Amino acid sequence: MSSDYEFSDDDVDNVFDDEDIEMQDDDSDGDDGGDMDDFKVAPKTTRKAWEVQFDSLTQASIEKLMEKDVEHIRGILGVDESKAGLLLRHNLWNKERLIEQYMDNPDKTLIAAGAAMPEPEPPRPSRRPSRKPKASASPKSDTFVCSICFDDAPDITPLSLDCGHAACSGCWSAYITSKIRDEAEHACRCMAEGCGLVASDEFVRSAVDEDTYVRFEELLVRHFVACMPHLKFCPYPSCTNTVSCPGAASKTSLTTVVPIVSCGARGLASTSSGSMTQSQELTRQVTGKEHKFCFGCIIDSDHRPVVCGVALLWLKKCRDDSETANWIKSNTKECSKCMSTIEKNGGCNHMTCKKCKHEFCWVCMGPWSEHGTAWYSCNRYDEKGGVDARDSQSKSRASLERYLHYYNRWANHEQSAKLALDLFAKTEKKMEEMQITSALTWIEVQFMKKAVEEVDKCRMTLKWTYAMAYYLAKGNQKDLFEDNQRDLERAVEDLSELLESPIEPENIPTLRQKVTDKTVYVQKRNSIVLEDTAEGFLEGRWAWNATVEGFEDPVPQDP
Amino acid sequence: MSLPKASPPHLRRAFVAVHRLTIVISETERLVADPVPGITAAPHDDNLRYFDVTIQGPDGSPFQQGVFKLELFLPEEYPMAPPKVRFLTKIYHPNIDKLGRICLDILKDKWSPALQIRTVLLSIQALLSAPNPDDPLAPDVAKHYKENEADAHRVSREWTQLYASK
Repeated sequence: MSSDYEFSDDDVDNVFDDEDIEMQDDDSDGDDGGDMDDFKVAPKTTRKAWEVQFDSLTQASIEKLMEKDVEHIRGILGVDESKAGLLLRHNLWNKERLIEQYMDNPDKTLIAAGAAMPEPEPPRPSRRPSRKPKASASPKSDTFVCSICFDDAPDITPLSLDCGHAACSGCWSAYITSKIRDEAEHACRCMAEGCGLVASDEFVRSAVDEDTYVRFEELLVRHFVACMPHLKFCPYPSCTNTVSCPGAASKTSLTTVVPIVSCGARGLASTSSGSMTQSQELTRQVTGKEHKFCFGCIIDSDHRPVVCGVALLWLKKCRDDSETANWIKSNTKECSKCMSTIEKNGGCNHMTCKKCKHEFCWVCMGPWSEHGTAWYSCNRYDEKGGVDARDSQSKSRASLERYLHYYNRWANHEQSAKLALDLFAKTEKKMEEMQITSALTWIEVQFMKKAVEEVDKCRMTLKWTYAMAYYLAKGNQKDLFEDNQRDLERAVEDLSELLESPIEPENIPTLRQKVTDKTVYVQKRNSIVLEDTAEGFLEGRWAWNATVEGFEDPVPQDP
Repeated sequence: MSLPKASPPHLRRAFVAVHRLTIVISETERLVADPVPGITAAPHDDNLRYFDVTIQGPDGSPFQQGVFKLELFLPEEYPMAPPKVRFLTKIYHPNIDKLGRICLDILKDKWSPALQIRTVLLSIQALLSAPNPDDPLAPDVAKHYKENEADAHRVSREWTQLYASK
């Protein structure tokens, strides 16, 4: 088994070697938390086949990356820092394209990015008229009148960008604040109509209050992250971390890997520093939910082992179908002749299909003609007509049944995962109880907590195996997959039962032994499922019974 | 009018609100003192942000001789956000729909705080002279305009007579 690990590891590493080197370069620049990085890297050397390599970056380190790019552009193009920033933002941080465009036509590139003014056009023949537009004439007169609010008080300060379109500081502040706060826009163009100049960062800083400037910086980081295919912002509320995952940067890679990543933070971030005491902060970090999400799609939890395309297909189907399907299943039958779905909402059992006028018995589904006058009760279950009718009905119900089979198990595991919090609390109590009733120490009773965590993790895996199994094409591969799934499920249920069982003081040593053994076993079964599926994706072993983006179309097969 | 940088947020908000209201009032004063020919705009007594507007159909357009009523509302964020304008009089125009909504870039993404009620209304008047069926809001009218402009103009004239005559 270990040789397998090594093989797949090397494989993945070779593919993404370039990015790895690049990322390490970036790390060496950031001197903060170097120890932490070492600490994090260590476990990754034994990365499993189903795990992807990723790094968590704070807002500060992203800002450093941005600075580096700005510096790079500044050096090459010979523009100042603020202009380099504007150029990069406008060109979506694509350095190569920016340099190419700039070399081609520097003025056009600068104007498009809002970093420079276009030459005044109207007076073409005579080049002498002042470069500044009319608005700038007003500050020269004795009193300045703001062109936005017409305020002409002597104490107002006129402000303008390089274009000279002046307005009072109050108007600028209100305008930029509204752009940043209400529109989440980081590029604040000049207020004058048709003027495309963008306010520099220093100008923004001077115009708005501190909170708004913090928001502005966050917007810049978000924009940068959104432009980079190998970066993704943590989707958890008010978290500002970013995850770098070069292995999942392209769409095609998502058919072979399930890039579940974690930004390293836990729980809900404190909205403003100082509102939490240090101990509260510590509790949050230890007990809060890990910020785990999928790099490749919008699902903000672990959907291993199934790839994004299939997971999304399944979620969509569940949203569309499950409630309706449940209702249809419990309230309707199909006409045995034309297969119309019929709801019986009253009357006797002598049914006449509205569509095909077929007369049949609601109880046995056989044709009514066989019933004669026995309409009040049906005792003809074994009649041939009835058996045939039920046969054909069952066929048409089979697909619905099949879906509900997978859906119910999927939903069941989801429900159990939701109850996991309760289970955690209950286990904690049990652990305390154990300490009192036996001679075990706190550390020695940790096996309970570990078992609960493992059960939770496995239920997550199990949940998604049902989504996967629903879409897997029939065949040996699916049989093997379902065998693995069954083994894991059985082991998880056994362990769950053990955890729920009452604690007798005299049984604690045996219970401990059993739980520990089972936990190890469950862990092993879980890795078998995850590893086998992950390898299957890398080898392209899985075939689907539906069209999944990025995969070959399914081969038609018998129902 | 300006406020020290480090003022508390509530003071700042109040300041911005007052600042914006001042803009509305001073702009209204200017509008009344120096009216635009062919356009009237009068604020409501009970709501200074709500204006009754009339625009005369420009000469040489199918809307000539017509007087069109509009409503104009300045939202809280004005002038940082554009005013909301709507035709109240029925009009057969490719960029104005059945509900009187107007498709005009400066009322949306091309808005600039330097624009004023005056410029907005002038732009709307200009839109009446120069309909743009390539960027339609009322697809059926736009189709009519593109396929048979003369006939479309006839309908526009009829509607003007019918709904917008003085």
